[in-house]
Amino acid sequence: MFSALITIIRRDLLVAFRRRAELMNPILFYVIVVTLFPLGVSPDKEFLSQLAPGVVWVTALLAALISMESIFRQDFDDGSVEQLFLSQHPPTVLILGKVIAHWLITGLPMLIIVPLMALLLYIPQQAIPTLFITVLIGTPILSLIGAIGVALTAGLRGGGVLLGLLVLPLYIPVLIFASGAVSAAITGLPYSGHVALLGAGLILALILAPLAISASLKISMS
Amino acid sequence: MWQWFHKLSTPKYYYQWSGKWLPWLAGLTIILFAIGLYWGLLVAPTDYQQGESYRIIYIHVPAAWMSMFVYVVMACAGFVALVWKTKLSEIVVSECAVIGAVFTAIALITGMLWGKPTWGTYWTWDARLTSELILLFLYFGVIAIYSSIEDKRVAAKAASMLAIVGVVNIPIIHFSVNWWNSLHQPNMDIISDKPSMDPSMLWPLLVMAVAFKVYFGWVLFMRIRNEIISRERATKWVKELVVGR
Repeated sequence: MFSALITIIRRDLLVAFRRRAELMNPILFYVIVVTLFPLGVSPDKEFLSQLAPGVVWVTALLAALISMESIFRQDFDDGSVEQLFLSQHPPTVLILGKVIAHWLITGLPMLIIVPLMALLLYIPQQAIPTLFITVLIGTPILSLIGAIGVALTAGLRGGGVLLGLLVLPLYIPVLIFASGAVSAAITGLPYSGHVALLGAGLILALILAPLAISASLKISMS
Repeated sequence: MWQWFHKLSTPKYYYQWSGKWLPWLAGLTIILFAIGLYWGLLVAPTDYQQGESYRIIYIHVPAAWMSMFVYVVMACAGFVALVWKTKLSEIVVSECAVIGAVFTAIALITGMLWGKPTWGTYWTWDARLTSELILLFLYFGVIAIYSSIEDKRVAAKAASMLAIVGVVNIPIIHFSVNWWNSLHQPNMDIISDKPSMDPSMLWPLLVMAVAFKVYFGWVLFMRIRNEIISRERATKWVKELVVGR
């Protein structure tokens, strides 16, 4: 079962690296949207650093959302998803593997780019480790919940806007706790409570989301 | 008992069975609304803090209660639809989504109208208001996915799944919003600062709450009957029903 998980992660990573150009897109999107805020609101240092936790995280939600589509779309169209269910291994494990692979492709690069964004938005140095931790814990939750939405809309043409409608309200707790932790860290308040709750959310999502994703994929295939 | 449930879940039998209930539900709804509205709007005493404007709670509070109740009904029906795959529960999910969204919208709009004279503003990012707004978004999601999938049986299953995911999330959202709010702007909760309600004001509210519940049952029955007729229009019994009259 564990080797099946590793195999599916390796397979998805391989497929992703064959289309290298697409790998950068969510990150570029992220950087561009963050850049829009100082241009649209104000380049004022004080103001931006107050706005920054929200900007970093709202943008992260949007970037996660637009990169989510690719997790099942191709596999759904060419029938690979059906093969997951025909396999001798439990589909939830294989699906978890796909989500992990997807997070490694889209979530992990965000981890690298986020400290840079923090500098652009004048987040104080002492808050950057917190930001890093929230992204590390928060983005897998986004991938897990987003995959449910993608699984439900997999059979539809142009499900992109619909996906946002389904998934964004479910992302709200992640946004609140993650940006809350960063805000707390900026003002020097204790933030471990927020981070702990994010961690609890990740564990809950890890347990329940694969079940929901597999049930949703079955619905979409029928 | 179990057999009866099974029988009830067949559209044709349900149609006949619910038809007998309709006049009773309709009558009860009208009577309860008449009593509740008269009692609440004319008989109940004026509030010494808020004046007459408090009377909107006789619509607002039952609607807000219903907005959450209907979501739970929808999720339970969704669970039944996914596990036992009965056609009727699938219809309940899609119809509940629309009714629930309307209740949520009523709660939000009446809340805003009450907020203007009381708080001096239509909207404040109070925890309750915010979670009600998010609930409305969740309803919109269910309606959106149901209406965008062509095959209505698949659509209902997808909507059921989303409703169940939502029900797991609602406590988390509610709790996180509460906490987020208390971090940013404390002491906004005017409602809980108020002294508890006097029985002369509470009784009409309870009557209205029951009226809203019965009204929900009535509307749900009618919408389900409509949907059954529309879905089963190719079957013999519907053709006989329509032509026979």
